[in-house]
Amino acid sequence: MKKIFLIITCVAVITGAFAQETISPAPAQKETIALTNATIHVGNGQVIQNGTVVFKNGKITEVGANASTAGAKVIDCKGKHIYPGLILSATQIGLVEVPSVRATADGSEIGEMNPSIRSLVAYNTDSKVINTLRYNGILLGNIVPDGGLISGSSSVVQFDAWNWEDAAYRSDGAIHFRMPSLLQRRGGRGGFGNFGGGQQNVDPVKRGLEQIENVKVFFREAKAYMAEANHASANLKFEAVRGLFEKKQKLFIHCNIVKEMLLAIDFSKEFGFDVVLVGAVDSWQIADLLRQNNIAVVLNQLHNLPVMIDDDIDQPFKTPSMLQKAGVLFSITDDDENTRSRNLAFNAGTAAAYGLTKEEALSAITLNAARILGIADRTGSIEAGKDANIVVSEGDLLDMRTNIIDHAYIQGRDVDLHNKQTQLAEKYENKYGIK
Amino acid sequence: MHNYFMRVVAAAINHLLYLSPNQNINCMKKFKLLLMLLAFSVAGIHGLRAQATFPVNDVANPKDGCYAFTNATIFKDARDTLKNASMVIRKGKIEAVGINISIPKDAVVIDCSGKFIYPSFIDIYTDYGIAGASAQQAGFAGGAAAFFRTQQLTSNTKGAYGWNQAIRSETEAYKLFSADDTRAKTLRDLGFGAVLTHQKDGIARGTGAFVTLATQPDNFVLIKDRASAHYSFNRGTSSQSYPSSMMGMIALLRQTYLDAQWYKNNPAAEGVNLSLKGWNESQQLPQVFEANDKWNDLRADKIGDEFGVQYIIKGGGNEYQRIREMADTKASFILSLNFPAAMDVDDPNDVRFVGLDDLKHWELAPGNAAAFEKAGINFCLTTADLSNPADFLANLRKAIEYGLTEQKAFEALTKTPASLLGVYDKIGSLETGKIANFIITSGPVFAERTSLLQNWTQGIRNAVKEENWYDAKGTYTLVANTSGGPKNFTLELKDAGVASFISKDTLTGKYTYDGKLVKLSYTEGRGPGARETIFSGAVAGTNWNGFGSDAQGNKFTWSASFDKKAEAKADSARTRQPQTLGKVTYPFLSYGWEEMPKQETILIRNATVWTSEKEGKLENTDILIKNGKIAAIGKNLSDPTARVIDATGKNVTAGIIDEHSHIAVSSINEGGQSVTSEVRIGDNMNPDDINIYRQLSGGVTTSHILHGSANTIGGQTQLIKLRWGANAEDLKFAGADPFIKFALGENVKRSSATQGNPRFPDTRMGVDQVQMDAFQRASDYQKAMKAAEENNKKKGATPIFVRRDLELDALVEIMNKKRFITCHSYVQSEINATMKVAEKFGFTVNTFTHILEGYKVADKMKAHGANASTFSDWWNYKMEVVDAIPFNAYIMNKVGLNVAINSDDAEMARRLNQEASKSVKYGGMSEEEALKMVTINPAKMLHVDSKVGSLKVGKDADIVIWSDNPLSIYAKAEKTIVDGIIYFDRDRDLTLRKQNLAEKYRLVQKLAAAKRTATGGAGGAGGFQRARPRYEIVNTCSDHNHNTGLLTIHADESDENN
Repeated sequence: MKKIFLIITCVAVITGAFAQETISPAPAQKETIALTNATIHVGNGQVIQNGTVVFKNGKITEVGANASTAGAKVIDCKGKHIYPGLILSATQIGLVEVPSVRATADGSEIGEMNPSIRSLVAYNTDSKVINTLRYNGILLGNIVPDGGLISGSSSVVQFDAWNWEDAAYRSDGAIHFRMPSLLQRRGGRGGFGNFGGGQQNVDPVKRGLEQIENVKVFFREAKAYMAEANHASANLKFEAVRGLFEKKQKLFIHCNIVKEMLLAIDFSKEFGFDVVLVGAVDSWQIADLLRQNNIAVVLNQLHNLPVMIDDDIDQPFKTPSMLQKAGVLFSITDDDENTRSRNLAFNAGTAAAYGLTKEEALSAITLNAARILGIADRTGSIEAGKDANIVVSEGDLLDMRTNIIDHAYIQGRDVDLHNKQTQLAEKYENKYGIK
Repeated sequence: MHNYFMRVVAAAINHLLYLSPNQNINCMKKFKLLLMLLAFSVAGIHGLRAQATFPVNDVANPKDGCYAFTNATIFKDARDTLKNASMVIRKGKIEAVGINISIPKDAVVIDCSGKFIYPSFIDIYTDYGIAGASAQQAGFAGGAAAFFRTQQLTSNTKGAYGWNQAIRSETEAYKLFSADDTRAKTLRDLGFGAVLTHQKDGIARGTGAFVTLATQPDNFVLIKDRASAHYSFNRGTSSQSYPSSMMGMIALLRQTYLDAQWYKNNPAAEGVNLSLKGWNESQQLPQVFEANDKWNDLRADKIGDEFGVQYIIKGGGNEYQRIREMADTKASFILSLNFPAAMDVDDPNDVRFVGLDDLKHWELAPGNAAAFEKAGINFCLTTADLSNPADFLANLRKAIEYGLTEQKAFEALTKTPASLLGVYDKIGSLETGKIANFIITSGPVFAERTSLLQNWTQGIRNAVKEENWYDAKGTYTLVANTSGGPKNFTLELKDAGVASFISKDTLTGKYTYDGKLVKLSYTEGRGPGARETIFSGAVAGTNWNGFGSDAQGNKFTWSASFDKKAEAKADSARTRQPQTLGKVTYPFLSYGWEEMPKQETILIRNATVWTSEKEGKLENTDILIKNGKIAAIGKNLSDPTARVIDATGKNVTAGIIDEHSHIAVSSINEGGQSVTSEVRIGDNMNPDDINIYRQLSGGVTTSHILHGSANTIGGQTQLIKLRWGANAEDLKFAGADPFIKFALGENVKRSSATQGNPRFPDTRMGVDQVQMDAFQRASDYQKAMKAAEENNKKKGATPIFVRRDLELDALVEIMNKKRFITCHSYVQSEINATMKVAEKFGFTVNTFTHILEGYKVADKMKAHGANASTFSDWWNYKMEVVDAIPFNAYIMNKVGLNVAINSDDAEMARRLNQEASKSVKYGGMSEEEALKMVTINPAKMLHVDSKVGSLKVGKDADIVIWSDNPLSIYAKAEKTIVDGIIYFDRDRDLTLRKQNLAEKYRLVQKLAAAKRTATGGAGGAGGFQRARPRYEIVNTCSDHNHNTGLLTIHADESDENN
């Protein structure tokens, strides 16, 4: 009884009390808009000073110093900076609301082989977190399922939608494989005895290798299954990975250490998959190998401690510049479950402080992400023909001092930048009379 | 019985044969010996010595057991060696020892020519003969591993014992002891003859007993029943929730000292408490503390200092890393020779995760005892912790190779342990009247080729490698009586079983000899046509007689007589190459110092100076640092003695202060009870935390190390300065006001306990009552203390003894405004309620930390007088933070609260300047105001603003030089200065990285070489283990996820929390 009460209370708190419910997705773009006199950070490395962006019916029509503003509603952005909408390459926004409250967690399914699981159908457009991301210039995200070995497919959504169907930007673009850790467990001095409960006698490396082989067996069987057109009983799990073999999907392998990454590369060799590594904290050690094999990398949470105590103190911060130098295609994401992913731009800013140029850092959260997610034809940069996914900031977007978003457009729609937090701030500013 | 007896007789005859040839025992004595041995052997079954009160189921068999050992080199002790000396023993004791002493007629004489006799060794740290707990010892099953489990809040021990299951001071080892000959033999074979034994279970373990390893009835081997009292930092089998942390264990020990003192007055309030009784009764004994780690050693010693106890400290093998501090304890130590095994380094992917400190420890650990000797610290050696006790002597030789002198090693195994236990009058050297515990060896006791032949315990012989008593090597005259007539050979027996038969030619052959029987052979010719002649025989004095056959099967008899011994070869004193060893660094980690840095006079020139004072931001300004303080701030300063740092284009700020941190400690959460104000973070500082260095690289100079949020009233906090390399005490911020951590909400009501929460409170309503109750008790306690004090001043008054309570002491300090609260808090109701409790008891809640709904009650907090220390933008990770907003700091600041931004996270602390900067974004705070939230504002709330937090003449020179605007994402700390010492320098950091790498690969190569040459690792046994990743234990408040590296273990998830 008490539990039911608690649940009711929680639900009431989440759904009842806040005015975010009045913040609606913006209507479709009606008039042509021209953002003028701005510093335009294209996303591909280019910067246009005193530039203009024109967009119409949700698409960018013209970009440049001399773009025509005829017939457009002109918004003077003098002194301001324009960026492509930022993209989270891997996040659980909309799947997990409050991580410690189980009822709000839809991120991780039971079972080891779940290729047919689809994140999109559980994506909650009414998550209180989404609007806080827009406030910081993040307009798109790849919603990633977790759990098991093959966790399911991720879909890219845009962050201003009534429901998941409206939100869908690219459906089921990637299948996610959580590679088991091949890191020898058991610590040194001060190490730990019983981690993993009763499994202390199982060699995690051996077990991990077996599991990885199981995943390969799954794909071999899937391949054989697809070679035959007619089946008495369809196999949904095999059907779900058809896109991988047809190169319409990518295999995102979540792994970190060199041994794991070497085995991940093998998935591209044996099956010809487009492989993307997610996490890949030690990718800097084999950057040339990754480039040779056209393996892209999604770096996760730059604001992390180094892998181990002896590492260079700035190792996670400088990893992007090491990948950049080696010519590896990479993006930066922040999948922190404590909903700190709104700091995406600052992750990139740190990368810029440690070796990337600011424009390279920007690409890591815009165009590179779009390329990795297979949406670069539609977004990721401010170029004519692409969706008008645009952010206007008062200053340098990568620096928290100046990341102050004036406008954000998703497919040309003028997005409401309010959110639960701005509203609560307003409520108490009014109480104290401090505005 | 008959059969058995016959076997014994046979064994005795064997003994006789075995002893006879070289020992010149005359015929009569031989006979006597036979009888003796018979008696011995029979007695061996029933016990050598018949106790007076025990009926004898046999013919009475009284005897003295008088033996004389002659012609030996006798080491009476480490400093007194007698050559060609004799020793007489009788009734298990030494009757005489010396040169030219008279040998009693009734002595069995054993010729020990060429043999060495030493007092046998003493191991002061065993649980020999104690059945029970040790096997299932749970390690330290504490930490916050218990955080998610159902807690057992009270003791499971039945009987009139104390409240805490881990205080087992009622235990008496002598009552549990029973000799265990299997284990005794293992120890005797290493040269040990007596041990101190105790039950290794619990934090207080009761008394130890001193026993010999003789094969005797327990009644005789027990030399001293109550020889010692034992303590540890290990709860052992206790399943009780408290203490769950290092600091909790320390607090429990401290409180028990106080309770025991109080119990001496037989307080009615306590009834009978056998644990405290046992504690009090064992205080006069030698106090032995198993600490097992360099920092734990110091923690133990500090407890001892407080209560006037000097512990004998059982170390952990890493003391050489802080040998000066070890010397300062003035303690005697017990050192194990358990050296880390070498790691396999054949896989670069594994090597990548091996820690430099682990590699260095592998290399340096064998030098631990030598470091103690060099530092003049008293110590003894133990077999404890060796997974294979047989490694003991090999490891000891390794220690000697690393510089331990043999004399010291010998002393550490004999006189030192005996003296520490106050039994040197009985044992530990070879002197008249002492127990006849000694070993007979074939050479110098620690030499590699020396055999331990016999180990005599209480006058009883135990064979060890007796077969090596005889050295058959030498020259013999051999005659083979073949059918073709006698064949004469000169027989030479050499090392490794090689025999030469010399007549006209020299024939090569083999021999084996076990002291009783001999086998010989030689080969003529080679290849398939080779022919072998074989001999076997028995020993008769210096003659061998036997029987043989040649290649054709022709039989013959033979005899050989001894001519002369082989020249003794120099023993194993192989001249070793001087070793290249790495250096000890402070701390013993990557980036540590070989020499601690010193204060400098520093002139920072031409910087943009963010004062965090009313002067604001000053352009083109100089700062002069002298004697650790800011000496001047201004334009065009000069000081010819100063090191000048050109800071043109750079920004300079005060060092960053983190109000809420959990670094540099061994434990953070004592969640065993809801009120644990007695525990102190400062008791368990861990200077070996790389995060100190990492945070210096983010400009942090002062950190407030808080207890976790596991309970309503947590532990006392510790303010530190990030003096990288300093020891635990020197990290502390001297003279700062003491603080304590409180916590509210989900964590303290254990919302995440998956198996239910039996611990009061389970609601915010209960949290309020825990506070009320605690302060009510503290009030009453204070009154009682005062009343007692006044009463006890009166002449003739019956004294009143109030139990001193460390928990309530801390609360009384709060009420008297001598200790200040920083309270983990989120939602407005609990914030408000806590302020009301404080107001009722007349004090102020100094700081609300986290305080994510502070913006909702900022006006009330202001009226109360609280400070606020918050996160910049964390939210939504649990129910109580769904209303957290990043505008919180800004709103609270606007309302007029003193606001700080804290990290609570080892990673984020490196970017606190940028976290503060977020208030520029969220709310439009000015940059200077934002910076104050990590400099002067936290200094104010920690009451240290007169010393740190801003750039002002006279303040501590805690200064950061930044590459950029300090609030910018692009800002890097280039130099971080604490007390005028440059602890972090980005250029030097690059050099250190190279050095770290070079040192790591020097060691990896050394390991690879060790593997190739199969000489093995530092472990004497030379075992190798799989490369072991160096995990980092990260302490967190168990509140939320942290961005830590891949190789980290959250202390919460770990079962072991050192």
